[in-house]
Order: sequence, then C-alpha cells, then structure tokens
Amino acid sequence: MNIHEYQAKAILRKFGVPVPDGHVCYNGASAREWAKRLGEGPWVVKAQIHAGGRGKGGGVKLAKSASEVQLIARDMLGMTLRTHQTGPEGKVVHRVLVENGCNIARELYISLVVDRNSSKVAVMASTEGGMDIEEVAAKTPEKIFTETIDPLVGLTQFQCRKIAFSLGLEGKQVGKAVKMFENLYTTFVACDCAMLEVNPLVVTAEGELLALDAKFGFDDNALFRHLQIGDMRDFDEEDPNEIEASQHDLSYISLTGNIGCLVNGAGLAMATMDIIKHYGGDPANFLDVGGGATIERVTEAFKIILSDRNVEGILVNIFGGIMKCDVIATGVIQAARQVALKVPLVVRLEGTNVEKGKELLAQSGLDIVAADGMADAAQKIVMAVSAKGGRA
Amino acid sequence: MSILVDKNTKVITQGITGATGLFHAQGAREYGTQMVGGVTPGKGGTNVDGFPVFNTVAEAVEQTGANASVIYVPPPFAADSIMEAIDAGLDLVCCITEGIPVLDMVKVKQYMQGKKTRLIGPNCPGVITPGQCKIGIMPGYIHRPGKVGVVSRSGTLTYEAVWQLTGYGLGQSTCVGIGGDPVNGTSHLDCLKMFEEDPNTEAVIMIGEIGGSAEEEAAYFVKEHMTKPVAGYIAGRTAPPGKRMGHAGAIISGGKGTAAEKVAILESCGISVAATPAEMAQALMKVYRPDSKVSHHYVNAPAAAAAS
Repeated sequence: MNIHEYQAKAILRKFGVPVPDGHVCYNGASAREWAKRLGEGPWVVKAQIHAGGRGKGGGVKLAKSASEVQLIARDMLGMTLRTHQTGPEGKVVHRVLVENGCNIARELYISLVVDRNSSKVAVMASTEGGMDIEEVAAKTPEKIFTETIDPLVGLTQFQCRKIAFSLGLEGKQVGKAVKMFENLYTTFVACDCAMLEVNPLVVTAEGELLALDAKFGFDDNALFRHLQIGDMRDFDEEDPNEIEASQHDLSYISLTGNIGCLVNGAGLAMATMDIIKHYGGDPANFLDVGGGATIERVTEAFKIILSDRNVEGILVNIFGGIMKCDVIATGVIQAARQVALKVPLVVRLEGTNVEKGKELLAQSGLDIVAADGMADAAQKIVMAVSAKGGRA
Repeated sequence: MSILVDKNTKVITQGITGATGLFHAQGAREYGTQMVGGVTPGKGGTNVDGFPVFNTVAEAVEQTGANASVIYVPPPFAADSIMEAIDAGLDLVCCITEGIPVLDMVKVKQYMQGKKTRLIGPNCPGVITPGQCKIGIMPGYIHRPGKVGVVSRSGTLTYEAVWQLTGYGLGQSTCVGIGGDPVNGTSHLDCLKMFEEDPNTEAVIMIGEIGGSAEEEAAYFVKEHMTKPVAGYIAGRTAPPGKRMGHAGAIISGGKGTAAEKVAILESCGISVAATPAEMAQALMKVYRPDSKVSHHYVNAPAAAAAS
C-alpha cells in the first residue's frame, strides 16, 4: 500500500524526523489561508498523487505570495498530471500540499528497504539527492553507501555516523543526521514498511537537515496491525477493479490486453499470461483466485474480469490440488449464466475431480471450449479472439 | 534416498485443531506420511481424529519423537510458531502460512543463525518425496517416485511441472516449494546443493519468478559446481514493472529481476530454459536422458503426454 506525501510527512513528524511545515488543501481558498498561517513565504505547492516525477509534469510550484498560492492551487486541483510513473493516461489531482519553502544547500538521498539477499533491512544513502536511485545505481554505483541492520540490535550509532560521513556531512550536521537516521529506522520498524525513501534529504543554507520529500511502501501483510495506516488509503489512486478484487480476497492486477485470465496460484497466473503472449495474444489481467476459492469467489472473479471493457475472451486455467475441479466448473457455469457471457471462454482444468468438472462444463449447454494442457488452452483462446476480429 | 524428507520422517502439525491444519494432516496421513501428532496451545492432552495434541512443540517432540513440523498457524502468530519449532530442535520446519509480515521473517532468519533447523517457506506448498513422505498441501497423486528433483517458488506451477514429468514417465526424487515471499528459509541454491549431493536425484527442474536474484545465484552454482542436468522456467515475462504479482517477492524494481535478464543468465549457465510453462518437462528432456529402468516405473499416463 502507498500513501500521499503529506501523510508520509505527518508520520515522519510524529517520529521526530524533521520535515518542512505544511498542510494538505482541497481548494484554492484554504490553500491561501494555510499559506498565511504557515509563515512569511515563499511557499511550495505540491500536487498529491501516488507517482514520482511530479516536478517535471508541473505538479510542484513555488509561490511568493499567499494569493499566488491560491492561484496555483486552484489550477493544480482537478488537473490531470502526467509523469513517467503515471502512464500516458495520467492522474487527476484531488489534493495539494502547501508547505514552507527552504534554502537548499545540498540534496542528498536516504532510504530503507528489506534487502532480500541478506534477509535484513538495509540503509542506502547517496550524495546524489533528487535523482532516481536506480539511475544512480546504474551510472555511478560508487556514490551509493549501504549499511545492513541487525534486526536484534537495530541501527547502531556508528552505522549512522558512517553514513553521515560518507554523505560529506560535518560539524553539528553529523549529530543531527545520526538522530534523523535512527528515527527513520524506528519509523520503518514501527510502521512495518517495505520501503521508506527520503529523496531529497536536504541540508539547508542554515545547516539544518530536512526530509523534503518522502515515500512509504507498506508491507500489505502487516496492515492488520496498523489500522490507522490502512485508513490513509486513497481509493482515488487505485484501479476500481483492483479495489473490488481485494474485497473478495482475489489478487487482481489490470493490464492493457484483451484476454482475461482466471487462474489459481500466483506463479501459474503469471505463467498463463506468459503463454498467452507467447502464442500472440495479450493478457488483460493477472488474477489469482487463491487455493481455497469458492463458487462465489469464482463468480466475483468473472464479474471483475468482464467489467474491463477491453476483454474479448477469457481463459480459465486451474490446476486443482486442494481446489476441486468440479467446484471450479460449477462456479464458471454459474458465473457465465449470471453475467450472460458473450465473449469466447476457454477452460483448462487439471487435477482433483477433473473428469467430473469437464462433464459439468460439457453438459451446461454453454459455449465453453475445453482445452488439454496450457499450450492448447492458450492457442485456443488466442484463435477464438482473433476469429472474432479482436486484436490478437 | 531423497532430500529433506523420507519414509522415516516423523511430522507434527502446528495448528492441528484449525480446519486447514487438520484437513492437510489427514491428507498427509492417508498418503502414508508418519503424522505423529499436533500442537495447539491450550488444547494439550486432547486428541483430534487420532492425532494427540500438545501445548508446546517441545512437549510434542519429547512424546512423539518427531523430527519435522508443518505450520498452518494464522499469519499474526506464524513467525512465533516457526521460532518455537526451531527452539525445539527439529531438523525440518515447513511453514505453509501465507501472509506473514516480512519484518517478522527478518527476525526469524536472524534467530535461526547457528541453529540446525532447516526452514522451508513460508507461503509455500511444502515438500514431498513421492511414495514416502508428503508434508504440505500438494495433491499427492500427481507425483511418481523417481529421479528428478523439482524446486519452485510457486505451488501450482510446481504441480504443472510434476504433472508434465509424470506424463512423460519421469518420476520425482523430491519436490520442494520454497515459497513466494521475499524473505524465506530455503533458497533455490540451497535445494540445488542438496540435489547435487543426493545419489537418487539425476536431474533437476528449477522454477523461478521475476524479482530478486535468487535464480541467478542458483544458476551460477549450476555452472560452477553441478554435474547433473538442470532445466528451468521463469514466470512473469509479461509482468509490468513495479507491480506485485500476487507473491510479495514477485516484483520487478528498477528494471532489476526481469524475466528476460533471468532467462539470459540461466541459459548462459547451461540451464535448459523452457520457452513456455507447457514445456518444462520437454526442456529437461533436451538435457537429460533417463535410463530405461526409470521410464518403466511409469503407470497411468495422464493427458499431459497426449496433449503435448
């Protein structure tokens, strides 16, 4: 799960990480009011969407007067912002952050992630603040400093100092940095983050350290113990089908193709998308119905797939281990009837009670194409979609 | 011989009084696994469908002589259950539970340092040595005893590979589902090392996914140290970057961990990589010629062979 910048900064503030003073606003008038309350200016108005690269797309602007804050906020709210992370369709801005500007002397980078190689949390820091860390890693890897954290001890002060010195901090800045890094780690653990990035971390002309932008990625598996974080979820930023799916415990990701997929197991679901592509088709989604899918869940899954207008055919691929094929078949039949299915449907069943499942499908009177094996299934759905004049 | 489990393995189920735990304990017992009991705190001294229930793992081990455990405890409590099993000195712990917070697993990994227990999973189907011992949720009947080792992050994709092998008359020595989480107990590399040392394994299928670099590390081991033929498959060629594809581990970040990159490295290390998931057994047969004795063990041809 992701949150907005203003929410991220509120969390950091709570954990003692210095951030600029600011406030979220939903209209121009309140932006003007908040600017006056925050200070003398100048101010920065920042579009709040879940994507990076906002500056280049016109989503971050400097204002010298409170009325300028109002004008900028008014223009920004409701605009569609396109950045390299939003895709060509862009994202509509529903909220802006108004905050005090600062005099930037240096821009640095720091982040914490769960490092799968060491199975520990790692700190990554770099002198190249404001850039994508991936780009820094590719071009100048020597400018990235890493420290791995022992989970039983936590981030130690000597590690913090090492990072501070590698970033070229000096004098009083070092002590401030140590405190900031310790607090960042405390935040990371307390909120069960998967990723926490401060980019840029700035040193101001006055020698203060400030988290000028912050990005959190939360571990979805741990949200059960952080209800207040779950409440920060902004449904406007997510695909409505993905929200619907998550409410039915289905793992769904919408893609750009025209062949809907319904599969059990994440690995098999990915593999099904791959084989569709291999035979010249284009998957419309990733959908894992899970190991314990019921007839109701299969029906919901069908509805979600079909609510994507690009879908011109559906491939069901089930390897029933625990999940019985006759249950899946019943679900498929029920769903196809409920939604009055009009697009071609290819079903490949294998595993427990497969004969019973196939029999149910054959007797249903519905126009369902049975397939043997994944290759056969993929070829059949690609052919069926292209025969109907689809894009395959 | 086999790896990890065989006919002598004695297994307890942690979370045996839950519906899932009991269902799979019964399934494993029917398969012939020595399922010797279970643990549910507070229900010690009771009995569920013939399985004695204990309050603690230590007690269960003492009373039953178990050397392995399988965990079906809900995610908020699963990490603690793993540590309890490690503390009781078990050789093997399979954690089936899906959805354990990753920072819990970071602690577990550190806790395991210097202890003898091997952890499989979490978020995995388990381990099976066909005909001898099944620990976990995989359908037993698709497997045949034989000489091909299978290791995979994904459950159903493992079944797919096993079904194809069985269809070609190729039995399996041991099949290991290592799980789809970013922090887990056993890696592809660990399994390859065990398969290389196992006299009954003649060849290996390694199934990977996008994300991380575990498949690459395993591939370098194949190149440098393995004498046995290896085939592979990488799922997620069509996955868009930055999106988590079901498994928390399956995410391409910053252009790293893509399928194309992984396939290229696997191939450069001499692994026969299947172009599609329907060709995993065929990819193995390009590099592995089983002797005829093995093929004769094959009975009851599944449709997979006819279809391909």
